[in-house]
Amino acid sequence: MENVSSATLHGSGHAAHHGDYLEDPKGLRSWLTTVDHKRIGIMYMWSVIFFMVVGGLLALLLRLELLTPKQTLITAEMYNRVFTLHGAVMVFLVIIPGIPAALGNFALPLLLGAKDVAFPRLNLFSYYLYVTGALMALCTLLLGGVDTGWTFYTPYSTTTGGGVTLMVLAAFVLGFSSIFTGVNFIATVHTLRAPGMGWFEMPLFCWSMYATALIQILATPVLGITLLLLVMERVMGVGIFDPQLGGDPVLFQHFFWFYSHPAVYIMILPAMAVISEVIPTFSKKTIFGYKAIAFSSIAIALLGFLVWAHHMFTAGMSLFAGAIFSFLTFFIAIPSAIKVFNWIATMWRGSISLRAPMIYAISFLLMFTIGGLTGLFLASLATDVHLHDTYFVVAHFHYVMAGSNLVALLAGIHYWWPKMFGRMYNDKLASVGAALVFLGFNATFLPQFVMGSRGMPRRYYNYLPEFQGLHIASTIGSWILASGLFLGLAVLIASLMKPKEQLARNPWGGRTLEWETASPPTTHNFDEPIALRHGPYDYRPVEEIEASEGVTR
Amino acid sequence: MNWFRDYLLGPQSATHATEVDSLFMFIVYLTIFFFFFNGALIFYAARRWRRKSDREITPHITHNTKLELLWSLIPAVVVFVVFFWGFKGYVSAFIPPNEALEIVVTGKKWVWQFEYPDGTRSLNDLHVPLNRDVKLVMHSEDVIHSFFVPRFRLKRDVIPGRYTELWFRATQPGVQQVFCAEYCGKGHSDMLARIFVDTPEQYETFLREGDEQTRTMPLGELGRLVYENKGCATCHSLDGTRGQGPSFKGIWGHPADGSDGKNYVVDANYIRQSILYPQAVVVKGFEPIMPTFQGLLREREILGVIEYIKSLQ
Ligand code: HEC
Ligand SMILES: [Cu+2]
Ligand SMILES: [Cu+2]
Repeated sequence: MENVSSATLHGSGHAAHHGDYLEDPKGLRSWLTTVDHKRIGIMYMWSVIFFMVVGGLLALLLRLELLTPKQTLITAEMYNRVFTLHGAVMVFLVIIPGIPAALGNFALPLLLGAKDVAFPRLNLFSYYLYVTGALMALCTLLLGGVDTGWTFYTPYSTTTGGGVTLMVLAAFVLGFSSIFTGVNFIATVHTLRAPGMGWFEMPLFCWSMYATALIQILATPVLGITLLLLVMERVMGVGIFDPQLGGDPVLFQHFFWFYSHPAVYIMILPAMAVISEVIPTFSKKTIFGYKAIAFSSIAIALLGFLVWAHHMFTAGMSLFAGAIFSFLTFFIAIPSAIKVFNWIATMWRGSISLRAPMIYAISFLLMFTIGGLTGLFLASLATDVHLHDTYFVVAHFHYVMAGSNLVALLAGIHYWWPKMFGRMYNDKLASVGAALVFLGFNATFLPQFVMGSRGMPRRYYNYLPEFQGLHIASTIGSWILASGLFLGLAVLIASLMKPKEQLARNPWGGRTLEWETASPPTTHNFDEPIALRHGPYDYRPVEEIEASEGVTR
Repeated sequence: MNWFRDYLLGPQSATHATEVDSLFMFIVYLTIFFFFFNGALIFYAARRWRRKSDREITPHITHNTKLELLWSLIPAVVVFVVFFWGFKGYVSAFIPPNEALEIVVTGKKWVWQFEYPDGTRSLNDLHVPLNRDVKLVMHSEDVIHSFFVPRFRLKRDVIPGRYTELWFRATQPGVQQVFCAEYCGKGHSDMLARIFVDTPEQYETFLREGDEQTRTMPLGELGRLVYENKGCATCHSLDGTRGQGPSFKGIWGHPADGSDGKNYVVDANYIRQSILYPQAVVVKGFEPIMPTFQGLLREREILGVIEYIKSLQ
């Protein structure tokens, strides 16, 4: 499947100046001190996978507890700690760093035809901040855990016991890790594109990553300040949020969501980034509406800053404010819808190969459609009043954060796996895993929509017996989902046990630059200077491309 | 399709619910339509153009301005409709009518307390008259809670240090479930209350005689509640220590010295008089500061206090 341009770019074999990045140089020390974006990406990836397993096991425990209306396994205090840790781990350690820091680090420079990111040392520092933050978060367990929920709402969070301060500081440190990744990606996209690659010759992955990075550096500092204020209130008794001390508890929510709503787009834009790569490759067709997709990423990033208070429609705000925030929230639905139609149009009349990454991508399209449309219920003021803080919201954001983001992360991992490790996994089994994830996911969360609209509030340890049937369905779903994820992981790990093969550079027939270098790439990514022969999604035969003079998109 | 609506949302029990539900169902159908529309396109494409050979060539279609405009406009129109509809419903839920019956709600870990215009209080059970506008004025004594009545399709956060309001007009007699919807710690999921939607007669009876609970609870138990909730505890101790008023411990059946020089025996009549006309007899050595509880305690509650004091030997 080797394509024409890569054959002309490189001679035979891949042992040029450097060995493959996984083995050159060898040794644990060389990994821990590496500034190679690919190695940092891989380290991030394994860390993220590790925490995904941790967060997933916590989720299974929660679902198990909810099998019966009263106590099943654990106490209420325990339950509250477990759901807080599940949320904090999944948000701060898995989803936010997932695609940008793991896949982005690995793929962004390759897609741009660069040797590395703009600030390789900062990149390593950002990884160590991540590790530090993760350890801090886990250490809260020694202080009796945290029972505030990942949202840390005041005054509950300033008055409850346990390791809240440490957890908040962990989130603060993780925030900086995220900011540094953002800074790095912005600089990389601006300065390190291959010669001749204009902004509109960039793969869409880079556009989306760029938009994500903008949010990371603009919104995360607000979270940092908010968290510091919270710590000041807890530790020093400075009254900012607690009315007992003269503060305003709702102010915290404004601050918190000023970060955390844009953070929703830190989660979804990278997912869109991956999907914009996977779909053209497995449809063997140029992306439909390149500019629309690129600009809608930027539009989402900017509009994302103006809608935070839609999380607070029941907290008491003026009618006028409610109307504005609701209106803008609806507005942001439009670019998302446009993207979905663009991806479907890309598949239209393509040559569709249903390998594991594509199955994940199709799952993404379906689940993102549900996640997006159910957002309409929550953006609309009258219905949100009923649904707010119920399982409907839980289901909605799991469709977006897990059903879309995690599934896209899995799509990306399966897509770039052969490039990362030079080994191909068993595609059949991986596809079965993908199908199970899809089924299990829907079985888990569809019942939760119904529970929620019938009035089941979230974060409930005990519940009314009338909801038990739906809870049982959801718990069974969680087992299917878990089996799919574990199968997927096992298949990937099994592929690493195999001896290394001489894998083709371009096993999927992609047109972006990472496929023009060896699998796995050498330390400096590309051994010869890069010459752009075609746009990132140009699947026309060479003659036609040449006839249409130069690079087309 | 009413069964579908009832399945998803449960019965409607307040005026506000009808409007919310029609919008909800509109978005449900929208969601179902677009989900199946997208799903059908994806599955059609994946079957029809499934790759058969690696040499297949696909058309080079970069964009189509007309089509893209169309699929930007359609969602835009749809979301604006939903926006206005939702806003309309919110406005009517937001502004309470002038003549509404006002009830004060206090949330605290992990109980709901209700106070009616005549001073009657109840715990976790709210009584409201059928088909009348009721306005809840709510605040919290500790962390944020949220008053959520699924069958009314209403919810509002209950916040320390500020008042929030919620109004409704119940249209179905019977009992409605109330949840706390904002996470507030260990007892969050047990912070439940019930709304009893009463006919006018039932509501009158409630105001006169108290709710089911106060009507049936043992007298001594009721007396203790009165002692705790009606402020007696601020002046009267239970352990013999002297407060602003004499302790209740061991006074039953014993003589009390009046400041008028006479001697009284603490019995049922004496206690009743002390509660309703505290100035009639002032215990020697105390100031005449006890307020009268005329009209604030029901007959059965006074009997409860008597019973309770009797038990404090
Ligand atoms: C503001 C303080 C205050 C409150 C509140 C108060 N009392 Fe008193 N009470 C007094 C004082 C002072 C006396 C003694 C002087 C008197 O007899 O008026 C007294 C006397 C009494 C006596 C007679 C005690 C004796 O030893 O002879 C009874 C019975 C009594 N109170 C019942 C109640 C009950 C029941 C409540 C609550 C519903 C209540 N009081 C609330 C201040 C209070
Ligand atoms: Cu949001
Ligand atoms: Cu609560």
